[in-house]
Amino acid sequence: MSDTSRRTVFKAMGATLGAGAFARAIAPIVEWTEDLSLDQLLQRHYKELGRDELQVVLRELERKTAEDYGTSVSIADPRPTPGVSFGYALNLTMCIGCRRCAEACHIENNHDRATDNSYIRVLEIDKGTVNLSRATADYDGPVPKADKYYMPVQCHQCDRPPCVNVCPVEATWKEADGIVVVDYDWCIGCRYCEAACPYHARRFNWTKPQIPAEEINPDQAYLSNRIRPQGVMEKCTFCLHRTRRGELPACLEACPTGSRVFGDLNDPASEIRWVLENKRVFVLKEDLGTLPRFFYFFDE
Amino acid sequence: MPLLPPRDLPLLSLLALLSACTGGFSDPSRELGEPVSGPATGRVEIHRPPTMGVLDTPLEDVHGAPIGVACDTCHGPDADGEVLARAQDNPEGMHQGLEHRHGDLACDACHDPDDRRFLRRADGSRLEMPRAMELCAQCHGPQHRDYQRGSHGGMTGAWDLRRGDRVRNHCLDCHDAHAPAWSQLDPVFPPMDRGTVQQRTADSGSH
Ligand code: HEC
Ligand code: HEC
Ligand code: HEC
Ligand code: HEC
Repeated sequence: MSDTSRRTVFKAMGATLGAGAFARAIAPIVEWTEDLSLDQLLQRHYKELGRDELQVVLRELERKTAEDYGTSVSIADPRPTPGVSFGYALNLTMCIGCRRCAEACHIENNHDRATDNSYIRVLEIDKGTVNLSRATADYDGPVPKADKYYMPVQCHQCDRPPCVNVCPVEATWKEADGIVVVDYDWCIGCRYCEAACPYHARRFNWTKPQIPAEEINPDQAYLSNRIRPQGVMEKCTFCLHRTRRGELPACLEACPTGSRVFGDLNDPASEIRWVLENKRVFVLKEDLGTLPRFFYFFDE
Repeated sequence: MPLLPPRDLPLLSLLALLSACTGGFSDPSRELGEPVSGPATGRVEIHRPPTMGVLDTPLEDVHGAPIGVACDTCHGPDADGEVLARAQDNPEGMHQGLEHRHGDLACDACHDPDDRRFLRRADGSRLEMPRAMELCAQCHGPQHRDYQRGSHGGMTGAWDLRRGDRVRNHCLDCHDAHAPAWSQLDPVFPPMDRGTVQQRTADSGSH
């Protein structure tokens, strides 16, 4: 999408939203222009950049991060491995609700420290029910409680992603390995995707993330854990800066119970395929037809 | 939340949709990374719990960690071929404080009565301490199978063994051999982001 057509979208949004809603929707851009460098404004859509142009953008982002946060980081652009298709499964029999996964996500993905943001929300649910409306995420310990079970929820990387369809500017899309990504430099912060996601998996950067220099994870990628600007959407990317190199996601490694299983759905010998073929597996809100790549299962 | 029998998964439709992403790259060579091929050469190593075959004493090392002694300090034969522990008949009340809540198994169901340095299998054969997982496996087949399939016990490192190594936890990293049930612990990290707190009870959705 060219910059002109992006501007046209702003206009069109004004027409359909009404002035008040439009002002709120574009507030991130209008209010925080001083945060956006000329380069970023001129930047083209991620998919329109050639290899060399992308390198210029990455180096510029690294320079800007060093300037703003006082530490040097490396921002790469790992692309999907041909033939690999990611899937993730979580064992609800084993999960104890300790939130170590949410904490690991917070650290790995350079989330704002003050808000304790994380892409993972762990729900505490009454045993014997599937009543998510009575689930809570701000429960206290000790866990697990005898009458509860625990369900961590993060982006399901749906194959029919409602969030992608509603984006007015194509700032979010699905990649060949199944991961739904956001171009933070293209996102206009309208939050339509947040509203469209039935799993509440998308987050909005209300403020410019504050992270002490020594806590910043310097191993970053353009489409995942680089420090997001204020006013844009963000979400779990299955840690693509790790997983596209063949490594496990941070939340899986942090799980003290071993409840999480990750791998390549295309590989018949993979751990994830074994779970899908041998365990009692379900997806959340299956009736919505979103086709999640995040599965839940029980041991018999 | 409807439960699907495993084989009815929308896996095929899921795979079929893979290529359905819209809006291509203007430089198509940027779309995918390097192909990965070749055999899975990554090593899978099982972590060895440091406590295995060591008895903690009340003494501490410089780091404040308990100093351990090997079983054969007391259970091994001395220079005269005498087994000290037996000779003493336990006047010190050794191992009396050991918390034991594992079914109603006797010590000798797992420990070789003739030589305490070893474990024993159900058929009476001797098993070295470092092979304790085989002991667990003989009574907990389903969990051991799940472990071997990667869906019990967790791991760190590479999902793709063509590109890296992996470390597995040992059963004993998570389960105390004598009281294997999980105990409760305090959750870390209460969620504080606005979205989460707002949505805390708003997840009624379609269910
Ligand atoms: C400080 C000396 C000491 C050490 C070290 C020690 N034990 Fe013992 N243990 C004893 C004594 C004394 C007894 C009681 C006499 C007996 O049953 O042999 C005993 C008894 C036992 C018993 C039988 C308990 C029962 O009630 O039947 C087991 C099993 C055992 N020890 C295992 C071990 C193992 C495994 C180790 C090493 C990890 C170890 N012990 C290290 C002193 C020791
Ligand atoms: C289910 C099998 C099993 C049973 C039953 C069992 N043990 Fe053990 N025990 C082990 C294993 C495996 C280890 C080595 C792993 C470790 O040190 O945690 C061990 C280690 C020990 C140790 C040394 C480390 C420690 O935890 O203090 C002692 C002492 C011991 N056992 C004594 C006993 C006694 C006494 C009994 C009976 C009251 C008993 N065990 C029953 C499997 C068993
Ligand atoms: C000789 C058979 C035997 C061996 C060997 C054995 N177990 Fe067990 N285990 C049992 C029995 C029996 C129970 C109790 C089942 C019950 O209470 O329903 C049990 C229960 C358990 C539980 C569930 C505890 C709970 O209360 O929820 C765990 C976890 C466990 N064992 C782990 C292990 C591990 C790890 C090992 C290897 C060190 C091991 N077991 C070796 C027989 C065995
Ligand atoms: C990463 C930690 C971890 C490792 C490693 C691990 N387990 Fe477990 N295991 C768990 C958790 C968590 C549970 C569920 C506990 C609960 O429900 O209270 C569990 C449950 C069990 C149970 C009880 C199942 C039941 O139905 O009650 C058995 C038996 C068991 N594990 C055996 C093993 C054996 C054997 C191994 C090694 C091959 C092993 N575990 C390795 C974490 C682990």
